[in-house]
Amino acid sequence: MVVAMHMSDGLVNAPTSLAFGLFAVLVLAVAVNRARADLDDRTAPMAGLVTAFVFAVQMINFPILPGASGHLLGGALVAILVGPWVGTLCIAIVLLVQGVLFADGGLTALGMNITNMAIVGVFTGYLVARSLRRLAQRSRGGLLAVAFIAAFVNTVVASLAFVLEYALGGAGGASLGTVFALMVGLHALIGIGEGLITAATVGAVAGTRPDLIYLLRQPVRGRAAAGSAR
Amino acid sequence: MSTATRFYVGFLVVALLIAGGLSYFASSAPDGLDTVALNGCQSVQTAGGEELTGDCIAQHAGEHATAGSPLADYSLFGGHGTVGPAGIIGVIVTLAVAGGLFWLLRRRGTRP
Repeated sequence: MVVAMHMSDGLVNAPTSLAFGLFAVLVLAVAVNRARADLDDRTAPMAGLVTAFVFAVQMINFPILPGASGHLLGGALVAILVGPWVGTLCIAIVLLVQGVLFADGGLTALGMNITNMAIVGVFTGYLVARSLRRLAQRSRGGLLAVAFIAAFVNTVVASLAFVLEYALGGAGGASLGTVFALMVGLHALIGIGEGLITAATVGAVAGTRPDLIYLLRQPVRGRAAAGSAR
Repeated sequence: MSTATRFYVGFLVVALLIAGGLSYFASSAPDGLDTVALNGCQSVQTAGGEELTGDCIAQHAGEHATAGSPLADYSLFGGHGTVGPAGIIGVIVTLAVAGGLFWLLRRRGTRP
């Protein structure tokens, strides 16, 4: 049974929490603006369903070591399926619902949880997937490999964002070196699960509706930004 | 049903099955972040409930502001074995919030 999965209140001091809260609000405002170009009658329902799917899968903690588990963060998954701006909003909505209704993730830590998973996680996954999109567009196997790699990297980099927050304003209780080593080590293991879930999900969508996969719609040549080619 | 509708319905059913059924089989061990936060502490049962002894980050964690929510800790009113229905409600609420926002934000009248 799941109880809590995200940062609680009090792990990081108030000024740091506030700074990341403001940062999250600013990025979400930009994301709302930029997401419009990627949303139409066909992709808007897809984005809503992807968000609900991430909520569901985040409930499934899988064992990584005796006494430790992990769960999907979802950054690369949403970036590949619906693009980085819409994807950032997807994960932020999941975190908002979890924080407000399910008492999971402190409300003063919401800015940091959004920063780590909805911003750092999504954009890391997107940058990795986009840099490998030639491979992703070549074959189904290529797509699955790209999904796995992007998801693995997004998990580890998102965990580093917490280490940064702890370095800036951590409440104490553990040394920064210990926090760094444990976060990266555990999230490298979680990243394998994240990669498998992401590849399986992207593969299932590719098997039925490949046209709904954002990454596969991106032009391989040229520097056309998302949506501007229409 | 069109293929698009079939796909969307299938996607939703999978999400509902995961949140409503598979959730009963989820690991209850602390996740990566919690494991780091609890590192250095032991959990002991006292008269006042569970307490952390030792020195760890989690000792600084505050009580959640919405700990009294009927859905707190992925349960219905804290009831044992209610993670499934709580998950189903979560999926529906998340779909409503996200679907509503994305539908409002979409470019109108563009069906490529």
